Amino acid sequence: MRKSDTMQAPGSDQAAINKAGLTRREFVKSASGTGLALAAGTGLSLFSGQAPAFAQSRELHILEWSSFVKPADIETDRQAEEFGKQEGIKVRVEHINANDLNARATAAVESGAGPDIIRLLSNGPHLYAKGLIDHGDLIQEVGGEDIYQTLRDAVYVDGVYRGVPYHSGGGAYVYRRDIFDEVKVGPPQNWDDFMAVGTKVKDLGYPIGQSLGHSFGDPPGFCYTFLWSFGGSLVDENGKVSVDSQATRDSIKYLKEFWKAACDEGGLAWDDTSNNRAFLGETISCTLNGASIYFVAKNNWDEKQNPFVWKLHHFLSPAGPAGRFHTFGGQNSCIMTYSKVQSAAKNYIRFIHKDENFEKFFVINNGYIKGVVPKWEKHEMWSWDPALTPYRELANYGKHIGYPGPYDRRASEVFAKYIVVDLYARAVKGESDDSVIKWAADELKNIYS
Amino acid sequence: MKISTISTTDITKPAGMATKPRVPLLERETVLGYTLLAPALILIVIFMAYPFGLGIWFSLTDKLVGDPGQFVGLKNFLKSFRSQIFWQAAWNTFFFTAVASIFKTILGMWLALILNRKFRFSRFTRAAVLLPFIVPTVLSTLAWLWMFDATFSVFNWVINWFWKLDISLFDLALKEPFRGRVRINWLGDPALAMFSIILVNIWRGVPFFAITFLAGLQTVPQDMYDAGSIDGANGWQRFWNITLPMIKPIVIVVVVFSIVVTFADFQLVYVLTRGGPHNSTHLFATLAFQLGMQSGNLGEGAAIALFMLPFLAVLILWQLLYLRKEEGA
Repeated sequence: MRKSDTMQAPGSDQAAINKAGLTRREFVKSASGTGLALAAGTGLSLFSGQAPAFAQSRELHILEWSSFVKPADIETDRQAEEFGKQEGIKVRVEHINANDLNARATAAVESGAGPDIIRLLSNGPHLYAKGLIDHGDLIQEVGGEDIYQTLRDAVYVDGVYRGVPYHSGGGAYVYRRDIFDEVKVGPPQNWDDFMAVGTKVKDLGYPIGQSLGHSFGDPPGFCYTFLWSFGGSLVDENGKVSVDSQATRDSIKYLKEFWKAACDEGGLAWDDTSNNRAFLGETISCTLNGASIYFVAKNNWDEKQNPFVWKLHHFLSPAGPAGRFHTFGGQNSCIMTYSKVQSAAKNYIRFIHKDENFEKFFVINNGYIKGVVPKWEKHEMWSWDPALTPYRELANYGKHIGYPGPYDRRASEVFAKYIVVDLYARAVKGESDDSVIKWAADELKNIYS
Repeated sequence: MKISTISTTDITKPAGMATKPRVPLLERETVLGYTLLAPALILIVIFMAYPFGLGIWFSLTDKLVGDPGQFVGLKNFLKSFRSQIFWQAAWNTFFFTAVASIFKTILGMWLALILNRKFRFSRFTRAAVLLPFIVPTVLSTLAWLWMFDATFSVFNWVINWFWKLDISLFDLALKEPFRGRVRINWLGDPALAMFSIILVNIWRGVPFFAITFLAGLQTVPQDMYDAGSIDGANGWQRFWNITLPMIKPIVIVVVVFSIVVTFADFQLVYVLTRGGPHNSTHLFATLAFQLGMQSGNLGEGAAIALFMLPFLAVLILWQLLYLRKEEGA
């Protein structure tokens, strides 16, 4: 007889357990043993580096940004599905906020697991080169030397191509023609014109909207091109810090005045979506943007009842003393070294670069993106809507984010730290020119030393 | 029989006394105890001790993403010291933590004292008060982001609807003469941005303080308050001389726990400002993330993250020693 049998009243829990033939101690022992065995088995399978035997289907996982032009994402997904049927592989496309792409890529490279293809922005391949395969064969297939130089530089790391540019883009200024007409101004050709235009439209109640916040697209897209147009730069061709210059001071002086006179001063808190909302909410009259505002206006307004879209047009970045500049970067399809389906990944890249497939993607974007080779500048899409024509010209003025310095990971670090954005943000908040330039110079020296 | 003549073979156990059985391994308290602790210990080693050790190693190397890196000693820490962004993040972290913790403590205690009273729907109110704390941080912070929006802020809309205030004091407001509207640049002005993230942190944290303090208040015997009342103590005196000393250990544990979590806050700042405008709301955690995860400089990112350790370690050690002293007393 068990000791416990004599100690519990009939009908109690313990009596019930005893009747079933199991004491608390025995239960704990068997549960502990089972738990340890399960944990050991799971741990072994984790450390073995192999997936459990119950999941064996082939899958190609692609990670890219969530486009500002939603139909573009739908087309990407459609093409991925079509490719998957053709190749006999399941394809999964994941769209995330572009600001989070780098963090996901870092986690993927360090853990050795994750998406098979990551569509890295700008010169991301320089940052993640060690985790990317050689794409040299693919580069030749999609255009080779015909690919815009800036885009090739973005993926060319120490003599090896670490990605394939898929498409390119940049920003131009979208503006309200009706508001400009009301104050009797036209699209500005240079910054002095823009000051005059901006002052008048702000007085009317529709200022210029420009973001100077911490976001990947519009803030650096403006700040880099603005600095270059005055002849300034963060570093020179040799990577030596050159931000402390008269050109930089002239640009700061101009922007301080321009910000107060012409801009929506809430822009210090804006991200890349804020100007879209402000413009479509009719609180600003002009803003730097990829063609997403125009796309939304065109596709979400009834032209007969509210012909908002016909009030919109675009102009290129105003020219400064040193000329006209635009940032011009690409989205690059990069195959990861840990990918177990590299062959399928390469075939996918070939598939999306076929003219008939890329054309569908290109047309759906409606001017938001450009091709990676000049032939797409001649596509008839550019003539369908004259409002989009300025975007065709971007490549002629396009420079990479580290210009004129080397397009390497130091330029990426400067970009990630928003140094040029904060240079101007601090200035327009009232900090002295010397103070902000010294701050920027110190930060740059820390990176380029 | 002389003792010397007794041989060991002569010694027999008294009749009726059985041999002591051998105790199975898992029946021994010590073995069973450690066996049951083992899963938790393994998880802590794998998911906390190992990453912590790896982080220290990274901070001493020039590790970049995909590159193992070489040992560089304290170079990453020295580079951080040379960066104004780092010192700004350091100041922001301490300021944010101190202000938020003080307000959470005061407001949490105030709310707990109210909830400790009997009133209609008190149970429902106690449950409802927890909502800000249990809603996922990112979700609630996104709602605040919309409320603080530079163009469409509901706060600004309310201000303009009820009042026509001219609040251009300290350059905080954007006066728009063309529409007679006033807009507060909640996330675009450095001071206001810091105010905004502190406000959201307090909003999230007060319920936790309140519920925990409430639990402590309910352990204070009523007859102590009765005795105090008989002695002529007013409300504040009863609180200061009875309530606070009785629940001091709970207060200390909660405050220290909250300081640790607030000091290492990331989600709230990342969603609201990403450290902007111009680094005025960067904390150690967000700066470490920006350097390590977004620009791939894992060595520097790890070094920045490790700067949180000394302060938090001292704080937790103080708490442990203090509580041990209180228990001894």
